[in-house]
Amino acid sequence: MTPAVLFAAIIALVLVAFQVGKARSLTVAGGPRGIRTLHSLPGHYGLLTAMWCAIPSLLVFGIWLAFQDAILIRMVLVHLPAEVQHLPKAQLGLMINDLRNLVAGNIAPESVAVSTRLAAVEYLHLQSIARLALSALAMVAGIIGLLVVRARIRPDLRARNAFESLIEWVLFGCSGIAVLTTLGIVLSIVFEAVRFFTFVPLTDFLFGLNWSPQMAIRADQVGSSGSFGAVPLFTGTLLISAIAMLVAAPIGLFSAIFIAEYANRRVRSVVKPLLEVLAGVPTVVYGFFAALTIGPLLRVWGEAFGFNVSGESALSAGLVMGVMIIPFVSSLADDMITAVPQSLRDGAYALGATRSETIKQVVLRAALPGIVGGLLLATSRAIGETMIVVMAAGLASNLTANPFEAVTTVTVQIVTLLVGDQEFDSPKTLAAFALGLVLFVITLVLNVIALYVVRKYREQYE
Amino acid sequence: MSDLELTTGPTTAQTRAKVQASIKRRYRAEMRFRAYGLFATMLGVLFVFLLFFSVFSKGWSIFGQHYVKLDVFYDAAVLDPSGTRNPDTLRSADYQALVRASLRAGFPTVEGRRELRELTGLVSSGASMQLQRAVMQNPTLIGTRDDQWVLASSQVDWLLKGRTTRNASEDERRLSDAQVTWLDALQADQCIERRFNKQFFTAGDSRDPELAGVGGALAGSLLTLLVTLLLSFPIGAAAAIYLEEFAPPETRVTDLIEVNINNLAAVPSIVFGLLGLSIFIGFFGMPRSATLVGGLVLTLLTLPTIIIASRAAIKAVPPSIREAALGMGASKIQCVVHHVLPLAMPGMLTGAIIGMARALGETAPLLMIGMVAFIVDVPQGIMDPATVLPVQVFLWADSPERGFIERTSGAIIVLLLFLVIMNASAVILRNRFEKRW
Amino acid sequence: MKDFAYSLPVPKDIKTIGTVTAPGAIFSCRNVQVFYGEKQAIRDVNIDIAPKEVLAMIGPSGCGKSTFLRCFNRMNDTIVGARVLGQIELEGKDIQDKHQDVVQLRARVGMVFQKPNPFPKSIYENVAYGPRIHGLAADRGELDEIVNSSLRRAGLWDEVKDRLNQPGTSLSGGQQQRLCIARTIAVNPEVILMDEPCSALDPIATAKIEDLIDELRESYAICIVTHSMQQAARVSQRTAYFHLGDLIEVGETTKIFTNPRAKLTEDYITGRFG
Repeated sequence: MTPAVLFAAIIALVLVAFQVGKARSLTVAGGPRGIRTLHSLPGHYGLLTAMWCAIPSLLVFGIWLAFQDAILIRMVLVHLPAEVQHLPKAQLGLMINDLRNLVAGNIAPESVAVSTRLAAVEYLHLQSIARLALSALAMVAGIIGLLVVRARIRPDLRARNAFESLIEWVLFGCSGIAVLTTLGIVLSIVFEAVRFFTFVPLTDFLFGLNWSPQMAIRADQVGSSGSFGAVPLFTGTLLISAIAMLVAAPIGLFSAIFIAEYANRRVRSVVKPLLEVLAGVPTVVYGFFAALTIGPLLRVWGEAFGFNVSGESALSAGLVMGVMIIPFVSSLADDMITAVPQSLRDGAYALGATRSETIKQVVLRAALPGIVGGLLLATSRAIGETMIVVMAAGLASNLTANPFEAVTTVTVQIVTLLVGDQEFDSPKTLAAFALGLVLFVITLVLNVIALYVVRKYREQYE
Repeated sequence: MSDLELTTGPTTAQTRAKVQASIKRRYRAEMRFRAYGLFATMLGVLFVFLLFFSVFSKGWSIFGQHYVKLDVFYDAAVLDPSGTRNPDTLRSADYQALVRASLRAGFPTVEGRRELRELTGLVSSGASMQLQRAVMQNPTLIGTRDDQWVLASSQVDWLLKGRTTRNASEDERRLSDAQVTWLDALQADQCIERRFNKQFFTAGDSRDPELAGVGGALAGSLLTLLVTLLLSFPIGAAAAIYLEEFAPPETRVTDLIEVNINNLAAVPSIVFGLLGLSIFIGFFGMPRSATLVGGLVLTLLTLPTIIIASRAAIKAVPPSIREAALGMGASKIQCVVHHVLPLAMPGMLTGAIIGMARALGETAPLLMIGMVAFIVDVPQGIMDPATVLPVQVFLWADSPERGFIERTSGAIIVLLLFLVIMNASAVILRNRFEKRW
Repeated sequence: MKDFAYSLPVPKDIKTIGTVTAPGAIFSCRNVQVFYGEKQAIRDVNIDIAPKEVLAMIGPSGCGKSTFLRCFNRMNDTIVGARVLGQIELEGKDIQDKHQDVVQLRARVGMVFQKPNPFPKSIYENVAYGPRIHGLAADRGELDEIVNSSLRRAGLWDEVKDRLNQPGTSLSGGQQQRLCIARTIAVNPEVILMDEPCSALDPIATAKIEDLIDELRESYAICIVTHSMQQAARVSQRTAYFHLGDLIEVGETTKIFTNPRAKLTEDYITGRFG
């Protein structure tokens, strides 16, 4: 059975289990008139039976499928000729890739080595055995669960309570996925990054001034030694984020003030959603806009004023990123401003303050922590933004503060290093994970501070 | 009273005068401040229009495409010299020769290889494929003569759509003077027609701009979103229910989960791509570029959004409903399933749609898991390699051919259209079913 | 008539004035204490509830009578940080016991809340909900019968019989509250708890509910918390007076209102504070 068919079969078995449990409870109660003697409704007995049928069989199903491929590959490799087994890791990886593609039918059998073809046949053979075993195991697990519960159905079995506490555990499991995700991120990134630091010392990475990740493919090649000094990436990221915040912070703040304090309801109802449209536009569209509209425009303007602006410049990426972040800043600031209680404003007005004085001296001062938190969140978003910089900032790792030059960022390098064919073990790919670790840590710190500040602020006025 | 009279503070008149003196300055400051606000807001609105104008002005013409009428003679000598009608022979025959012959028949004066190449350059390289399909479907065509409308080449389409003028230099036009003359002749014979560009919505990717379509990417996006929705909505809803209704408040475990969700919502999306690459592809050995992996990554990415929105929706259900149900002897689960969930459902669905809209526009994490490959076929299932709309935009934006600018903008228009539909339905759902308690 | 033995022994040092026990008690509470976090809301309350009687609990705001009422069907479980100590026995079984199924408890002890809170479902579904979740009806006909009789007993039938499919929220406040009562009695509980059921209603609706309570007394034990002394006097047979978490005095309603023995009770019912 293919996994899809087996899954359908398990579902069918679960439905049967429900009916069996329900029917059994009616039998022990002595017919429909005896329902009152049961602790729970007949349906609850059915649900309990179904759950205990579904859980074991689906667990078997999921765990088996998660590890089947890895185990089969290993079993196939054991049977391969010795010279294949002793291939360098990178080539072995390529062979396994070929094997997978061949099995999936993505490539023609003629295009790979004979040993790989034999391995594929072996793989398919093992796979069919594995599938048969899985089908049997999953169904048996389900049926055992079914029978065990069925045997225990008596009028005083607290089926509803048992079923519900089971459901509660399932719900708990679902919310635990968030923790697992974080754990997965941290483990996978840290694991790969540590491997990277065995190739390149941490200090070279953090303080080196030269970034050129091209490794020498042949020993006699000159000039591509591969150097992994990430400082140019950090400065590039900072430069672009700074430009973005210079655009987004004033525009976002002032538009929030205007919308919250000055605009009448009609203007508000039009302008606010219009600005929020900016937040809904995919970043790849901004990237396109930056690369094809703003970039060339800046070059023309630059020439007119005697500057030499390169087609891919920090400025165009930063400006467009700023536009993208405007709604983010403005809606957060809007929230913070409207959270300031009216009594504070009334106090200022009662003293004869004008509206702008009230805003500047009372509202903004009161909302300051919240606004700072919002700006921090926006900065973290600018640092982590990828598509705009990939499409508009370029790949040149210049160590410069000149916004008219092309710079590169952490996210751009992660994308460049990982897109396309790559083997898992070269420092070049692992470097991407080291950069990812830096990115994750920096944004995490910013987020934690920002969320803390914002929460403290909200609590103050609740 | 007497104390007050004795103090030497300013009199009311003095105070009033002071206020009077500064009032103009203060009102000017007020006006200035207001103007800043107005200016910033206008700037924001201006950006919205600029963005949309720039995309639509480049992409609106995508809905039409020019076709050229060819009077094709399905020459048996070219297609099937042996006369066996063997499908393999028919498949591998030289259909480009038919195209060439047909064009040449229209312009008998054309001589020399260079001129001939320019002449066939008027129609798309997809023309021969179209003829091949026609013959494979209906082999009786061989030996007959038939009109076929085939795609014009990207440069011709570009010129006819008025993107470049006839007066421009040959370099700028990417069409030679001779080609323009032939084109005029074809137009005079009414052999050129502008039609609705159905192909753009059904075809997969291609190296030739006029053949490339968003069909493959669209299917990829839909499959990916399907996986995402099927996983993230139930899991997100379950997590939200747990946190709102069952979690013991302010215990360590609950706090840990809440902090994690809030932080995950702000983790850069590219980090999720790294996670997908090393866990799903590296560790579990799932296939690269598959929509299943894309869907899994986007599930993890959208979960925080959906959980946060669902929690808000559940929180909005008044406690009196819960009390009523519990007071009746409903169990906690019955209370949630029978009462809280139906009332919170519109809010939760709204959250899910917004999460899906975000997933639809997401690009960076999908680049990490290889959904950036050049894929011509439309994916049929969740294990097939595929690309998605925003990644297609990214790929085309990178292409040097000029014709791809129009395709890119066209793909963006399609993408934005879907986003507008999704967000509008979220707003409608919210307005229609949101209950104020 | 139930056996007197269900009533637990009364502690010797009891401060409450009057007889806290009742013949054939269905509920028997001894030394009940309720804490909200550190704060003690109820101190050492001892009282019995007898079948087919209306017990009114009165007292100034914040005296803990609602809190105490919520002990009877463990609604305090839903409040974070609330702890209930002492014995509360329903027919000789401690309902605080961790083996006690709260769902079954609440099926036996129904509750009507201060603000009418009909489910956002049809009138029929509101009443049918309890019987459904507790599996009280074997088929649709039986369910119809339960709904019908519950609405009749709640005195709502004539007003709603033509619109059973309309939402419960479409009714007026008084009707909503009677719907909530109908919903409660549809489960056929043994005890009905009412937490100021008329405080959100106008006098006419209040009068109807009071009549209803009088009729329901034929079949159920009713425990009602009320702010209105007149109401307590009108509907109840026994009255308990609470003051700042203490049960000050219990006695027959007529005696409490005409001849209170405790100073605090007298001050309250004569209107010195409220």
